[in-house]
Amino acid sequence: MTLFDPVDALSEIDVAVRVRGVTKEFGSGDWLTKALRGVDLDVPYGALLMLVGPSGCGKTTLVSIVAGTLQATEGEVIVLGKDLAAMKSSQKVRFRRDNVGFVFQSYNLLPALTVVENAAVPLIIAGWRRSHAIEAASEILDQLGLGNRMTSLITELSGGQQQRVAIARALVHEPRLLVCDEPTSSLDAENGRITLELISKIAVQPDRAVIVVTHDSRVYDFADQIASMEDGQIKSVRDCRTNACKNPPLENS
Amino acid sequence: MESPHMIWIAWKMLIGNRVKYLGIVFGVVFAALLIAQQSSIFCGIMLLTIGQIRDVEGPGIWVMDRNVEFIDDIKPMSDTDLFRVKGVKGVDWAVAFYKGLVRARMEKGDFHQVILLGIDDATLIGAPEGLFMGTLSDLRTPEAVIMDDAGYARIWPGEPFVLGKVFEMNDHRAVLVGITKASRTFQSFPIIYTRYSQAVLFAPSERKVLSFVLVNPKPGIPAEDVCRTITTQTGLQALTRDQFMKKTIRHFLMKTGIPVNFGITVMLGFLVGTAIAGQTFYLFTIENIKQFGALKAMGTSNRTILLMVLSQAVQVGIVGYGVGVGLAALFGWGTRGLTKLAFFMPWQVLVLTAVAVFLIILLASLLSIRKVLVVDPAIVFRG
Repeated sequence: MTLFDPVDALSEIDVAVRVRGVTKEFGSGDWLTKALRGVDLDVPYGALLMLVGPSGCGKTTLVSIVAGTLQATEGEVIVLGKDLAAMKSSQKVRFRRDNVGFVFQSYNLLPALTVVENAAVPLIIAGWRRSHAIEAASEILDQLGLGNRMTSLITELSGGQQQRVAIARALVHEPRLLVCDEPTSSLDAENGRITLELISKIAVQPDRAVIVVTHDSRVYDFADQIASMEDGQIKSVRDCRTNACKNPPLENS
Repeated sequence: MESPHMIWIAWKMLIGNRVKYLGIVFGVVFAALLIAQQSSIFCGIMLLTIGQIRDVEGPGIWVMDRNVEFIDDIKPMSDTDLFRVKGVKGVDWAVAFYKGLVRARMEKGDFHQVILLGIDDATLIGAPEGLFMGTLSDLRTPEAVIMDDAGYARIWPGEPFVLGKVFEMNDHRAVLVGITKASRTFQSFPIIYTRYSQAVLFAPSERKVLSFVLVNPKPGIPAEDVCRTITTQTGLQALTRDQFMKKTIRHFLMKTGIPVNFGITVMLGFLVGTAIAGQTFYLFTIENIKQFGALKAMGTSNRTILLMVLSQAVQVGIVGYGVGVGLAALFGWGTRGLTKLAFFMPWQVLVLTAVAVFLIILLASLLSIRKVLVVDPAIVFRG
């Protein structure tokens, strides 16, 4: 099997995310848990990387560190050319606000807000006027086929529609890194494919990168790269643009 | 500046969960209502204690025995004290004033305790201002008395106001010649006005009968100065009208259980309101913790999160305060016709309630603030 070598494969200019020797420990003493044990990974610009592996292997921990919501215990995390480990907490908050979009497994939409208001939240956080934010959110919702549900409440939507709102929210401020955590796990096969189609169509741009944490092998064919994790380490990274990722099936996924 | 629009989001989150929102508001309304209503009743009762001082308009100074502590604490003086006071420099005029509790025997043989007020025979200074049946000059006729309307309704319940009714006090015949409005008293007994010379006949025989001397200072001389001179020269206690009212209220505040009883109720309202509002607000925050986590993950600062939670608490506080105080005022307005209920809502009650509500929302939001500030934004990645 040909394995992708993350350390030597790309120059710093080409990578949106560069992770080197990252470890993450939780607890201490007898309760110490090593969630990540020296992870190396590169995510190039213009690529959709899928992070796969069994439950508890450290996927969510790794993606949380890359997204700047969790601090690594050791190692280097360079995202969009910025060293996250060197950033203060307030700088990380601003970095996430300006550069990172999130799609969560359970959507985490605000049920009290309408569809368009939910999609506008990142722009409001960024300090936009509400009317301008809603205008911009309307445009992206149109692209995602939700133009007729702008004023609906979230609870009035199906799971697939809610996930599309979450995607609109993740992309409305045009982030350069999109992080998706199990975006298809709550959806049926068809909605799962539609969701990944939308993400790969809208989010994958030459100056952006997308990381998708998933268990769902039905959507592997949308990946540009698939990184397989096991026991807190990257076991393999397959480049789907040069290798078939579905046949033979990936190990440990 | 993200904050104003984030506050808008916070309010929508708050109001979006109707049941929780109403629960939190209910806690604050309950506390505000109870605190404002009980405080107003307390103030009303305090007002009752000084009702008779307020009703005697005109004289600026009350002179009494040096051991008197409040208006109902009668320690009679000698009649000659009136003349001693009259002789003090700075006194323009001085008149006698009788106040005492006597038993009145009605036509049917039933007895009623009444407050008897004896006013100056010549000038009728101290007479009621709210006479609405009869005339004040009728009080100059023998055996004449004027009664307050609430007292009349208490002695002759359900009967229309009629003059000429006859009853007895201390075996002396009294004839009703007028009915007046009067401030209710703390003791809630009927009030009977008569001339001083008549009052000493209606009252049980005592060696000393002079309750108070009502004094007016000469124009241009401060009442406080005249009070000091009277006290120095006569050894009697002389107080301005305001001083006497404050002394009376102070007595009820310091030497009766009334403030403690009301204080317990107010404290109970405060605690229960805090518990309801705090618990519901905390549950609301817990329920929305992933939403707050998502907002933090998306780049909302802790400062803004803090502002959001505080703005939610303030919104609840304002609505709860408004509704609570409004209901208390409505209660006061609705019961204004009931003479048995004392209710007075001065601005201090509104301030006290506002401070209490502020503390309630502060306490209620403290736990929630801590929870949202420490929430790890990575929580959003956990299913």
